[in-house]
Amino acid sequence: MSTVTNASALPLDRSGLWRRATEEPQWVRRTLIGTTLVFLSMFLILPLVVVLYGAFEQGLKVWFAAINEPDAAASIRLTLLVVAIVVPINVVFGVAVAWAIAKFEFRGKTILISMIDMPFAISPVVVGLIFVILFGSQGWLGNWLSAHDLRIIYAVPGIIIVIAFGTLPFIARELIPLMQQQGKQEEEASLTLGASGWKTFWYVTLPNIKWGLLYGVILCNARAMGEFGAVAVVSGRIRGETNTMPLHIEVLYNEYMFTAAFAVSSLLTGLALVTIAIKSFIEWHENRNRVTA
Amino acid sequence: MSIRVENINKKFGDFVALDNISLELPEGQLTALLGPSGSGKTTLLRIIAGLEQPDSGSIAFYGKDQTDQHVSERGVGFVFQHYALFKHMTVYENVAYGLTVKPRKERPSKAEIHKKVMSLLELVQLDWTANRYPNQLSGGQRQRIALARALAVEPKVLLLDEPFGALDAKVRAELRRWLRKLHDEIHVTSVFVTHDQEEALEVSDRIVVMNQGRIEQEGTPDEVYEQPATPFVYGFLGSVNLFHGRFEQHQIVVGADAIEHRDEALIHGTDVFAFARPNELEIITDVDATNGILATVTQVLAYGPQPRVELEGVNEIGQPQHFQVALPPESIKGLALQIGQRVRLVPSRLKVFERDSSAVVAGDKTT
Repeated sequence: MSTVTNASALPLDRSGLWRRATEEPQWVRRTLIGTTLVFLSMFLILPLVVVLYGAFEQGLKVWFAAINEPDAAASIRLTLLVVAIVVPINVVFGVAVAWAIAKFEFRGKTILISMIDMPFAISPVVVGLIFVILFGSQGWLGNWLSAHDLRIIYAVPGIIIVIAFGTLPFIARELIPLMQQQGKQEEEASLTLGASGWKTFWYVTLPNIKWGLLYGVILCNARAMGEFGAVAVVSGRIRGETNTMPLHIEVLYNEYMFTAAFAVSSLLTGLALVTIAIKSFIEWHENRNRVTA
Repeated sequence: MSIRVENINKKFGDFVALDNISLELPEGQLTALLGPSGSGKTTLLRIIAGLEQPDSGSIAFYGKDQTDQHVSERGVGFVFQHYALFKHMTVYENVAYGLTVKPRKERPSKAEIHKKVMSLLELVQLDWTANRYPNQLSGGQRQRIALARALAVEPKVLLLDEPFGALDAKVRAELRRWLRKLHDEIHVTSVFVTHDQEEALEVSDRIVVMNQGRIEQEGTPDEVYEQPATPFVYGFLGSVNLFHGRFEQHQIVVGADAIEHRDEALIHGTDVFAFARPNELEIITDVDATNGILATVTQVLAYGPQPRVELEGVNEIGQPQHFQVALPPESIKGLALQIGQRVRLVPSRLKVFERDSSAVVAGDKTT
């Protein structure tokens, strides 16, 4: 009998002195949260502050001058051009691949899925070299290209190709699980109701994947703007012509033009921050949808 | 004949889903494709719809070949087990979809579409949900919307794939009655797939019983229930008691016991399966009687919706065999059975099939 009374009395005693069974001790929680915060401040927030401080140290006027300097302006224009071409290419490719993988059964499907991840696994410098070997003047297609007066390496097409290659997985990776999870019943329903394949895609598939697609586009966009290694190999680093923003920043830095380097960096960082803000908004939106669904 | 299926074969890898199926479905009737999972019923339905391509064979609607017709041009209404409503569209937009995606020339005016959609929503008694989204509706309501959506395009045939499979028992029974009533009003040729024999018996005009990619029997619910053509059909359409035995003169010998049975068509010495439904068995408490199979009472359930007595006996080769006898509660009480008591089971009606090695028996034990 005594055990029974003890047991019933225990929870009362515990409430004040004991932690709950499912919680970690206070010191573990504090250490973990503290470490995270210190780490984040040192490796993320501090550099960000340094970039912005460096960029605006000598005032807005100098910042504008650095941005408007012809080579810098050319690198910004080139970066935006590349993004404007690469992102649509990857949208089409990503949707096509995700569609094929999620809705069809075919041989070699698992191989295709792992191949999509290849650009993540291969070092960007190697990617650049691969395309130099393919399209460079000494490369496999070099003679044919020069005979037709086509320039790919050390020109804008080369930059577009390597960036498209490097950012290829983002949209496909985002859409494949989404489309697999949604299955093909809604599409089948649409087809039985007399809709053509195109109308089914437009009215049923696209609305169902639009947030995932946008998320993928943003990731792809961020990576396309920041891509360095592969571009450095294929672009030839011609100032004002084939330098994208990251390459131009390096050039400025190497020439001890720190303020200009920081100014262009701040612009690139700003674009990245906007991207993250949009991404967070989309995540928030998706979560909200999931809760109401 | 509104739907004609001829010599359809379909394999998935090595698995034979449909083995040379031929079938004709009469106009205006509600037909059930009934069978266990893996029997090929859903595959057959999807081939009729055009969602799946047969390896060989042909499909025709009203005498017109449809085999190579794309699903969007077959004019079928298809209702999915999991509704497949368009999540991002309102109920109204869902039902209107089939009309709004028509090519401009054939598309009805906005006012016509509105009239049609609202009348369909009234038909399924959900006109008040027009502006809601599918995730705001219950399962039963969603399935009724899916049905309204399928009917909006005035399909030549209506195909339903386990339409009540995802619903709970009570809603399912309700929707079943409702579908029957709806079909009596609109008379569109309909085929629905189910693995629930009760559902098939209750709702349909005709039943096609399928097993392992083949048709076992087709006929009215009464025919398939009362005159099952194969042991499989007998077993699948309800609880059964099975006796393995040998036909000898005027009786079926099961191990050491025998049941009286007269059948001119059976040859002396034939090995047989003998079936009796739980309500076709009588319990004789006189163990010394010569007629009847000896069994031991294991459970007496004299209450609930299905009062019955569960028993255990042995089959011909001495293995335990389970029996089930359905009796009115008064009779059960009248027998005053004790657990462990030995009794004899005498069938009032017996369905006998010759036993050949290939015969497949569904529900070998009572279910």
